[in-house]
This record gives sequence, C-alpha cells and structure tokens, in this order.
Amino acid sequence: MSHNATPSAGSLLTVSRLRKHYGETVAVDGVSFSVGAHEIVGLLGPNGAGKTTTINMILGVLEPTSGTIVIDGCDLGRRRRQALSRTNFAAVYAPLPGNLTVAQNLRVFGMLYAVPALHERMEAVLTEFDLLRFRNTKCGVLSSGEQTRVALAKAMLNQPRLLLLDEPTASLDPAIAREIRAAIQEFAARAQVGVLWTSHNMIEVSEVCHRVLFLSHGRILLEGDPRALPGEHNHETLEDLFVTVAREPLTIQHAEED
Amino acid sequence: MSFRRVLALLLRQFYLLRGSPARIVPLFAWVAIDIVLWGFITRYLNSVSNARFNFVPTMLGAVLLWDFMARVMQGITTAFLEDVWSRNFLNLFASPLSVSEYLSGLVLSSIASSLIGLAVMVGLATLVFGLSFLVYGALLAAFLLVLFLFGISLGIFGSALVLRFGPAAEWFIWPIPAFISPLACVFYPLAVLPHWMQWLARLIPPSYVFEGMRGVLEHHAHSLGSLAVGSALALLYLILMARAFTGVYRHAVRTGLIARYSAETVS
Repeated sequence: MSHNATPSAGSLLTVSRLRKHYGETVAVDGVSFSVGAHEIVGLLGPNGAGKTTTINMILGVLEPTSGTIVIDGCDLGRRRRQALSRTNFAAVYAPLPGNLTVAQNLRVFGMLYAVPALHERMEAVLTEFDLLRFRNTKCGVLSSGEQTRVALAKAMLNQPRLLLLDEPTASLDPAIAREIRAAIQEFAARAQVGVLWTSHNMIEVSEVCHRVLFLSHGRILLEGDPRALPGEHNHETLEDLFVTVAREPLTIQHAEED
Repeated sequence: MSFRRVLALLLRQFYLLRGSPARIVPLFAWVAIDIVLWGFITRYLNSVSNARFNFVPTMLGAVLLWDFMARVMQGITTAFLEDVWSRNFLNLFASPLSVSEYLSGLVLSSIASSLIGLAVMVGLATLVFGLSFLVYGALLAAFLLVLFLFGISLGIFGSALVLRFGPAAEWFIWPIPAFISPLACVFYPLAVLPHWMQWLARLIPPSYVFEGMRGVLEHHAHSLGSLAVGSALALLYLILMARAFTGVYRHAVRTGLIARYSAETVS
C-alpha cells in the first residue's frame, strides 16, 4: 500500500516519507500522510508502533532521519519558528509546570506563542474549559482530569492551525471526556484547523475522527473512515480491527498487498 | 530573536520566586553568611597582624567578587533546572522558542537574581565591615563584567552537562566554582602557584580579575592589557559555551533526549 503525501492547498499538515531510526532500530519507516482543514485524523496503533515518535517529529523535538514535515505551508526543517507558531499540542506525558498557577502557565505560554490580546484569549480558554475557578490554583495540585483541561486550554491558546493531541481524554471521566471531545470537534469545525489525535479508545476514535491511520512497526498499514474500515476488513468493530493490527499485522499487510 | 519570548522566561522565574520563600532565601542567605564569616576573619587578621596591610578590601572584596560570579552561574543553572524538575522541555521546545531565546531568558533571570545577592553582599560588606569600593576605582566595573561573563559561561556549561547526561548530572554543577577556585587565585597571587598551574590559571578569566584587584590595592596600579586579556577570554568562553549548549541541544533533538525528558517512553 502506498501512502505518499504531497503538500496540497487544503493540507494543514503534510508528512512525506518520514523516517526515524536509532542505530539499527527503525521507529518510523517512511510514513506519509496529510491532515486537511476541519479534519480530525486518528493516529492509531499498539504501544511501540511509532505514534509518539511521529508526533514528536511533527512537534520539532525529534529530528527525522529523513523525510519532510510541512505545517500550513511551512517546512518544519527550514522554517521551524513559523511552523511551530501555527501548531500546539496536549499530551498526558507533558503536563504544564505544577509549580505555576493555571493563569501563570497560560500567560507564560501565551507569550511564548506570541498570542495577540493575550488577556482576552486567556479568559476565553479558561471559560471554554471550565477553568475560571482554578485560575489561581497551582497546576500541580489539580486532579489529572483538571490538568488535562489546562493542557488543552494551553493547546488552544494560540488558535493553532494544527492541533496534536496525544491521548487527550485518557485521564478524564466519561462525562468530562465527552465535553472535551465536543469542544475539540467544535473547534475543528469552526476554525481552519486540522487535528491529529492518538487514542486507545476506539469508540472515541469512531465518534470523533473523520479518518484514521493504523500504524504498526513504524509503518501505516491501513487508512480510512473509522466507521467503514472494520467492515472492509471483515471485522465488526474498530477495536477488533485494532487487535488484529496489534497482534497479526502481517495478515493485514498481505491483504492490503493482494 | 523575540524579546517577548525572552521576557516570558523571565516572567516564569519571577512567578516562581514570588510564590516561594524557599527560592528567595537562597538568593542572599549563603552569600550573606559568607560575607559575615569572612568579614570577621578579616577583622581578626587585621587585629593580629601589625602590618600596614588591610585584609578587608583584599580578602573580603575577593570573597564578594567570587560569590558574585558563583551567584551568576547559579542564576543560570537554577533557572534551567526549574525546567528539568518540572519536566517542561517538551512544552518549551515544541513552542516557537529558539535556543538563543531560551539562553537569553536564562541570562536575564540570572541578572535579576544575582543583583539581589550582590546588593545584599555590598550592603553587609560596606555597612558592617567598612569595605569601601572606592579603593578599586573605575576598574570595579570591569572586574564585575569579566566575572559576570564567566559566571554566565559556567552556568551555560553546567546546563549543557545536565541536558547531555540527564537530571542526575545536576551534581556536577554545584562543585564547578570550587573546582576552578584554586586556579582563579581568589586569595593568593598567581606567583605562588607551581609553574604548570600558572599556565592553567592564565586560561581562567577570574585570575586576571583577582590579580588586578591585588595590583590596585597593593601598588595602586594595574595593567589594563592584562584585564583586556581576561575580558577577551571571558567573551571567548561565553561564545564557546553557548555553541556547546546549542550542540548538545541539537544532539538531544537528534537522539530524542528532549522528548524523553518529559515522556516516559519514546516509541
């Protein structure tokens, strides 16, 4: 299966032949894909498939061995600052400093992202993520769910063109998770933004993502509509398909090649 | 370079200091203790020696200048370590922040914190122990500048060590001033060192400052050429250390170290 992606007018993220190896170990092996405006793309795969490595490369904190990443028309390798000023992210493993309050963190990161009219923007994200009462609370004493909401508020602060979310609802209770999903969906529908979303919750992925990419051993094995993809591969649910990709990736690969 | 981004790092440091007495007290407590301790030592030495020699400007002044340099270094490293302790590298370096802006932010934070320490030291040394800075003349500004530049270099070097070898390498940072102090000739002239150590000392910018300080106090003269060499060396170290940090940062981006500072695993 070929997954070549070339920058197109509508793409907010174009990843082409992205590869990362550590010595003999290949973490990401020639991955290509794109994310368009108003599109939420799920990056799925078992642990060690290369999802976080791919996200780290898109965030500019990990240098690819080869390949290119273009964010909203800016080549990340050549115009890092411009590319990253149009990007933001939230990940469970990257909480905001716990020794600063919610408002202090948002102000510092708002200045780093050069957010115009920062005070008004801070008020908007604090309201959107129901954080007004925690404004002066240190992030370290918030519950994990509240910290996730703060990380999402920071991720939305600069109104990014590309939003990277690594398991954004992993530590949230179902009610809050639903609200967060709705907020992100609304954000993607309203603004010219593309979202790359990783999750192990296949029900959530089916509900939220317009398209999914299944990664295994650093390669994209499958790509398609999360609601249609299971049927196309003789599985009842996306979770069943995920389990097959995780346990028997060769079965899928051979089927795709046939 | 964006001044707003540099300012953001200074603001972060201000927020941390404002909300934490545990961070404020060390800015002046240790240097104050040093000045009090050496103040009494110099008083005692003045009382037991019948020489014309005044130990206050020589020894207490030297302690003050050396502590200033150490405070500048620690201002850089503690601001850097705040990011290590709060696992903040992924958030910072996934933003448009550049390495030069990050280093500038650390330097700005260090200027602010070391000025607090300097003010306390100067206040104590002059009011309690009668140290007059007039004896150093206009050269005092040059002395402070050389020590400031070298303190910044040491701080960046220490930060690069931690970035390269991980948070446990923090313990390499703290002894750095003690490690180089024998070669800095803080309390004794360069001439007392063995010949081979003199060569090494000439590579250390503070040795020019302390030699200069003694020259001013003992002979009322100092070679400006010598101080110029010290200044040039300090500037050279600053450029080299900034480049070393950038090199270590690039290595960390290439190998995934930056990401691993925050993430539990890298797939």
